[in-house]
Amino acid sequence: MDESKRNQRYEDYVASVTPKTGTWRSLWHSFWIGGLTCVIAQGIGDIYYALFPNLGKDLIVSFTSMTIITLAILFTGLGFFDVIARKGGAGSFLPITGFANAMASASMEFKTEGLIMGTSVKMFTVVGPVVVNGIVWSAVAAIINLLITGGL
Amino acid sequence: MNPVLENIITYLIVFAVGGVICAIAQLLIIKTKLTPARILVIFLLVGVFLEGIGVYKPLNDLFQAGISVPIIGFGASLTRGAIEYGKQIGLLGTLGGGLIRNALGIGTAVIASYLVTLIFSPKSK
Repeated sequence: MDESKRNQRYEDYVASVTPKTGTWRSLWHSFWIGGLTCVIAQGIGDIYYALFPNLGKDLIVSFTSMTIITLAILFTGLGFFDVIARKGGAGSFLPITGFANAMASASMEFKTEGLIMGTSVKMFTVVGPVVVNGIVWSAVAAIINLLITGGL
Repeated sequence: MNPVLENIITYLIVFAVGGVICAIAQLLIIKTKLTPARILVIFLLVGVFLEGIGVYKPLNDLFQAGISVPIIGFGASLTRGAIEYGKQIGLLGTLGGGLIRNALGIGTAVIASYLVTLIFSPKSK
């Protein structure tokens, strides 16, 4: 039998024995962990809004993200976040809490290489692409937006 | 509408929308083998695009934390800042507006990460 046919048969076999339920389970975990993260953030924002109604929406939003970022980083330090991350997949890394976790865990992981060459250099290894692309493309989008709307 | 009921509906919407966005990202990981870093950048750019064409704000009013907590919200907020500051001081404003608007969050993330690193040692893997 020629090799390509044999490879094809092997691949069919692998596909047939790979569990399909794994996909649904990981989607479900991403769904509820991501959803729950958003609900917690919404709750914290609503509490701030009830406590400080004069603060204004922008500051409430800022303080809410500062709170959940700090909580996520604290949980990373305590080792709790790993438990969520292992289960949550995209549900744990896509929210801003996952962004904070990625910074804190990179920063902690390279502590052994020193605070300057380890922590400070490696803090942005995972989130660097997000920060760089965010700054570059938001500026591009803003320029295009302002040119079209006549804001410049 | 009853304010309690209204709150319950809001929270259900937040849960469902936030959950679906994360599940879509998870599906992309499973189906395309894209790395998490690429997925993050893709969703960030979705936020940049939505804000750039002016669609993000009504979506945010409707979905609230459901869309603003996933990284989409960060991309949109960067773009909002760039647009607003660009309106105030002209072209150069777009270069820094995104950072200015999100400075509190970014500063918190860097400082908290640094402090946590000083206090805790990484768990063995």
